[in-house]
Amino acid sequence: MTPDERLIRDEILAISEVDVTKCMHCGKCSASCPAYDVMDIKPHQFPSYMAHGEIRELMNSTTIWECLGCSTCIERCPRNVKPGKLIDGVRQAVIRQRGGSHLYPEQIPAMVDPQMPQQLLVSVLRRERK
Amino acid sequence: MGEITQYSYFPGCTLKTKARDLDRYARSCAAKLGAELVEPEMWQCCGGVYPLGSDEIGNKLSSVRALNDAKEHGLELVTVCSACYHVIKRVNDDMANVPDIQTRANNYAQFDEPYKGETKVLHYLELLRDRIGFDKVKEAVTKPLTGKKIGAYYGCLLLRPSKILQFDDPENPSIMEDFISAIGATPVRYQMRNECCGGYRSMENRALSDKLVGKIFTDAKNAGCEELITACPLCWYNLNQYQGPDKLPVRYMTEVLAEALDLLEAKPDPAELDGVSCACMHEAGKEA
Repeated sequence: MTPDERLIRDEILAISEVDVTKCMHCGKCSASCPAYDVMDIKPHQFPSYMAHGEIRELMNSTTIWECLGCSTCIERCPRNVKPGKLIDGVRQAVIRQRGGSHLYPEQIPAMVDPQMPQQLLVSVLRRERK
Repeated sequence: MGEITQYSYFPGCTLKTKARDLDRYARSCAAKLGAELVEPEMWQCCGGVYPLGSDEIGNKLSSVRALNDAKEHGLELVTVCSACYHVIKRVNDDMANVPDIQTRANNYAQFDEPYKGETKVLHYLELLRDRIGFDKVKEAVTKPLTGKKIGAYYGCLLLRPSKILQFDDPENPSIMEDFISAIGATPVRYQMRNECCGGYRSMENRALSDKLVGKIFTDAKNAGCEELITACPLCWYNLNQYQGPDKLPVRYMTEVLAEALDLLEAKPDPAELDGVSCACMHEAGKEA
C-alpha cells in the first residue's frame, strides 16, 4: 500500500464502521445478493481485499456502482460484518475525490423516461456524485 | 368513527408528482378512518437514499427538520413512501442514539430545543395496524375485494435493516398480508416478496432490474397471485416498466384500500403531470 492508499483505507474503515476481521468468508452475503452476477468483486470478498490493502482494486470495481443498497447482506450476515456498508464506504471514497463522480447532472436528460419517479433521480444523484 | 386524530404527514417528492394516487388515496382513506394527515407548511425531499457514511450529516438535515416539526406540533410522523419511511426512521435513530450526529445536527439547526429523536415515525401500514387497527379498517370496508388474490410486494426499504426499522419480521413479514385480509381480499404468499426490484439501478442498468422483476413476477404468478401491491413508487415503476412474461398488474396499496372503502376517483389527466420535474423543494399548496 502506498501512503495515499493507507489514508483512503483508513477513511473507508472510519466512515463504514466495519471491522473486517470479523468476516469468516461464509459467503451468505454473496449468496443473498441480487446484483451478484454483475459484480466483479463479490460482497464476501470485500473484507479480505480491505484487510490485504487492495484498495485500488476495490475502488475500480463495478461492484460499488452495481450494489442496490437493499441491505440484504447486512440483514443476513451471521457476524454482523455489514458488507453493504463497506461497499458503500468504498463508493464514497471514490466520489469524494476530485472528478470522482460516476454520474453528472448533464448526463441525466438523455437517460430519463417520462414515467420515472423523482425518487429514482434523487437516489441516483445522491449515490453517484458529490 | 368518532374522534379524529392528527398526524404529521410527510408526502415526499414523488407523491407530489408521479405517485399522486399513492398520496391522494392515503389522505382520503385516512380521513374516512378517523385520521387527519397534516402536511407541514414546509418540507424538503428526504434524498431517497439513507446516507450510510458515519460522517454524512448535512444530507440528513431535511429529515431532522421534518422530525422536529412533528415534535413541535406534538404529533407522530406518518409517511407512505417506503424510501421516505426508511430514510426518516434511520435518521431518527441516529438522532436518538448517535451522540456525534445528534450534537452536530443540533448545533447547525439551532431549534428552540435540541432534537433527540423524540418523534415516533410510522409507516401508513403501521398507522392502519397499530393506531386505527385492521379490525376497524375491516368494519369500514363497504366494497370488499372478495375473491381477489393479491400478493404483497414488500421490497427492501420497509424491512431492512430490521434492527433499526422494526417494521416487521424482515424474512417472514405479515403486515401487508394482514392488510389484504382486512380489505376482504385473499393474500397470497410467494417467496420473492421481500427481494429487491433493482431499485435505483434501473436508470443505468435496466437489464438487471428487468431480470430481478421477472423473477418476482414468475414466482408471484406461480403462487397464484392475480395482482401485486406495493407502497414504494420506485418498486411500482420498476415492476410496471417490465414487459416480459408473467407480468401482473401492480397497484399502490392505498389505491386498493380506496377501492375497498369506495373512495376511488377518476384518474387524473396524464398531461397534468407533464412538466413536473423535480419537487425536491416543495412548499405545501403551491404545486410545481
